[in-house]
Amino acid sequence: MLPVAWRFGQPSPLPGFRLALCGTLLWLAVIVLIPLGGVLLRSSSIGLAGIWEIATQPRLMAALRLSFGLSLLAGVFSLVVGLLIAWVLTRYDFPGSRFLDAAIDLPFAMPTAVAGIALTAVYAPNGWFGAPLAALGLKVAYTPLGIFIALVFIGLPFAVRTIQPVLAETEVELEEASATLGATRAQTIRKVILPPLIPAALTGLALSFARAVGEYGSVIFIAGNIPFASEIAPLMVVMKLEEFDETGATAIAAIMLGVSFAMLLVINLVQAWTRRRLGHG
Amino acid sequence: MVESTIFREPMKRDRDVADERPLVRRLLIALTVGLMAIFFFTPVALVFVEAFRKGAPAFLNALGDPDTQSAIRLTLLVAAIAVPINALFGVAAAWAAARFQFPGKSILITLIDLPFSVSPVVAGLSYVVLFGSRGYFGPWFAAHGIPVVFALPGIALATTFVTFPFVARELIPLMQQQGVDDEEAALTLGASPWRMFFTVTLPNIKWGLLYGILLCNARAMGEFGAVAAVSGRIRGETNTLPLHVEVLYGGFDLAGAFAVASILAGLALVTLIVKTILEWRHADELAISRRR
Amino acid sequence: MSNSSSRLYLHRLLAAAAFAFCFFIVFFARAETALLNVSYDPTRELYKAINQKFAAEWKRQTGETIALKASHGGSGGQARAVIDGLKADVVTLALAPDIDAIATQTGKIKADWQKRLPNNSSPYLSTIVLLVRKGNPKAIKDWDDLVKPGVAVVTPNPKTSGGARWNYLAAWGFAQKKFSGDEGKTTDFIKALFKNAPVLDTGARGSTLTFAQRGIGDVLIAWENEAFLAFEEFGADKFEIVFPSQSILAEPPVAVVDANVDANGTRKQAEAYLDYLYTPEAQKIIAKNYYRPIHTEAVDPEDLKRFPKIPLLEIDRDFGGWNAAHAKHFVNGGTFDQIYTPAK
Repeated sequence: MLPVAWRFGQPSPLPGFRLALCGTLLWLAVIVLIPLGGVLLRSSSIGLAGIWEIATQPRLMAALRLSFGLSLLAGVFSLVVGLLIAWVLTRYDFPGSRFLDAAIDLPFAMPTAVAGIALTAVYAPNGWFGAPLAALGLKVAYTPLGIFIALVFIGLPFAVRTIQPVLAETEVELEEASATLGATRAQTIRKVILPPLIPAALTGLALSFARAVGEYGSVIFIAGNIPFASEIAPLMVVMKLEEFDETGATAIAAIMLGVSFAMLLVINLVQAWTRRRLGHG
Repeated sequence: MVESTIFREPMKRDRDVADERPLVRRLLIALTVGLMAIFFFTPVALVFVEAFRKGAPAFLNALGDPDTQSAIRLTLLVAAIAVPINALFGVAAAWAAARFQFPGKSILITLIDLPFSVSPVVAGLSYVVLFGSRGYFGPWFAAHGIPVVFALPGIALATTFVTFPFVARELIPLMQQQGVDDEEAALTLGASPWRMFFTVTLPNIKWGLLYGILLCNARAMGEFGAVAAVSGRIRGETNTLPLHVEVLYGGFDLAGAFAVASILAGLALVTLIVKTILEWRHADELAISRRR
Repeated sequence: MSNSSSRLYLHRLLAAAAFAFCFFIVFFARAETALLNVSYDPTRELYKAINQKFAAEWKRQTGETIALKASHGGSGGQARAVIDGLKADVVTLALAPDIDAIATQTGKIKADWQKRLPNNSSPYLSTIVLLVRKGNPKAIKDWDDLVKPGVAVVTPNPKTSGGARWNYLAAWGFAQKKFSGDEGKTTDFIKALFKNAPVLDTGARGSTLTFAQRGIGDVLIAWENEAFLAFEEFGADKFEIVFPSQSILAEPPVAVVDANVDANGTRKQAEAYLDYLYTPEAQKIIAKNYYRPIHTEAVDPEDLKRFPKIPLLEIDRDFGGWNAAHAKHFVNGGTFDQIYTPAK
């Protein structure tokens, strides 16, 4: 995909490598690595056994299950909806399509707390959507469903933005060829259009999942915080802190960090795999 | 400026065999519009409706409140610290990662992305663990009279953390795409490294850089979870705009809360508009970074 | 792109950085006597009023201009912030254990803090009441009614909210009396109560908003002052306050953070500030803001009428003090955690 500007082993004639790399590493260390290292160090003071004990507390397990499960569900949902939106935005030209395209990034630019308060107001039993839904007997705010909606709000842009460029790149000629060869439209979609999208879709899923697991601001207002039912993992960190148990908080944080890192690893593996399949970087 | 081999969107054209029937097509468009209205537009609309529910005077009143003003000042100040620093770093990181091959490069890029998937709550906590009075460095800073957490530096650090990857993420693919020909030419013609950087590299990446700064800024002004952990919530002093929204919301002042929220939402909209204009005008430079 | 324009670009960047730096300096250079009061959620309105009066009073007495700053949040979280280095001159929190935590974990507050001011260092009192919707459609009269099926109860989470702990203990005390001390039945009562709670907000104010603004629940267990405030803010035509047959005497304590005031050189002001809370003038403001005053001489009789006399449990007398209550109910694995057992 990308032209390689240099070959490995060939010294680059360009200057500034050392300065740029040292600056980057220094900054990375100060802002990211040392603070996160501090969290790991503090959590390690209770040892792996201690972390395991905290991790396996039923209440935390329930919160982690809820956060992971809902994030995955929201990710998959975002993926399906994102595919649809990306398809419509890349393939069809209609009045307002550019406006919609710009609006995809809205959740990204919206402050999380504002989104959280607004979503809660919309989906509360006396809100714009909450009232009709409540009339149907469906509670949204303060239930896992509310958390799910907040997570979709957060995750959808990632799904759309990772799929969109790949979709735009696929060649229409292939589809035409497929149709000429007698494939139905459904077959073409399944056999020709979707397969190249898989890596991008997986990346989008992983990105939105990683973001959703840790999300706090937009979720905390709409979550009901009932133990074993609607309590999210980041809240458990906050709760440990309010109980003056900083070590416990860092232990949960360490678990969540592990998940973040694993997700990033997945993204990178998927991308490496894509690159190998496509033959070049 | 060099015209690079850049992907262009395929022309939107009438396709017969490779297209859905008009009915299906309209259905899909309607579905997209509907979904986006439900998920995206309603919450934003609500913010503005609630902000003006009690009329424009109440709205202006809320914005004129000294605590709100101080929150606006603090938020601008924090963004003015975090964004330039991250922009500078982002350019350095992109220069190292896009222009040179070195062992561990992919690990470096992964680490740059890390703040993106770390929970804001964990980010805030990490600074408390370091700089709190029971923290690893906290006592030293306290002994030297330098406040970190529950003061501006802590808030700026937490904000820098969450906005860390934006500029670098935007620039790395762009610079990889652009290649080194221009820069090598400049050097061959005898330009000093810095001259090369300012006259060749920077002009080439300026729109991508601006784009990254824009996203970085939007996030810097809107961060809640990480900042909440290190702010101390002192009214009129360490409350940023998003925290002030929560304060007003908790103070039964819903009109005020939504008025302040509407500034932030308005800011988000402005960001999107500028971003969209950038995308239209400079599609060739930006398209590449959208292909991550 | 010309050379000069990119130079200009850099210069702008540098100028912005310089600007930011100057701002930074100015931010810290402001010299003025300031007191930071770190408090819990429902006292926002109270301290807004008190701070104004005290600043005027202090100016009149000493000629010194004093800036009073306030920070509000969940009581536990606020205490945690002070422990981690928030430079509070005084803390005014929801319950004594939060101040104790600062004292024991950092030594920034002397261990005998509660004896230093009158009335266990609590310049105002409150209790826990029930706020119901207008007309009381679920006919809620007392704590018993909260465990009935179909009644939705809103209360904050005792793990994160000081107010919620008072709520919890008030309900516990009622059940204990009702079942004449039968521990098992008391636990079941509390379990049934929390089964009826659809939301556990992280703070008392969050719960009030959930109940009043979002329309969730039939009854809100709240601070008395919070219930009256909701009344005032949302209109008396929306809610009714129900005083249960018995409740608990809530004593929100205050303390000077010794280490911080000594470092800031504000001990004189901080102590005067807390002493001021006990003056007739402040007590009047306290009653106006729906807290129960401890001295009633100067208080407007109209304000006093609002506070009916109901039997109140006391934390020391009826629960063996906060340490015992905390160890029994709110530690990890305490009675609150037992309510939510994974068996579902």
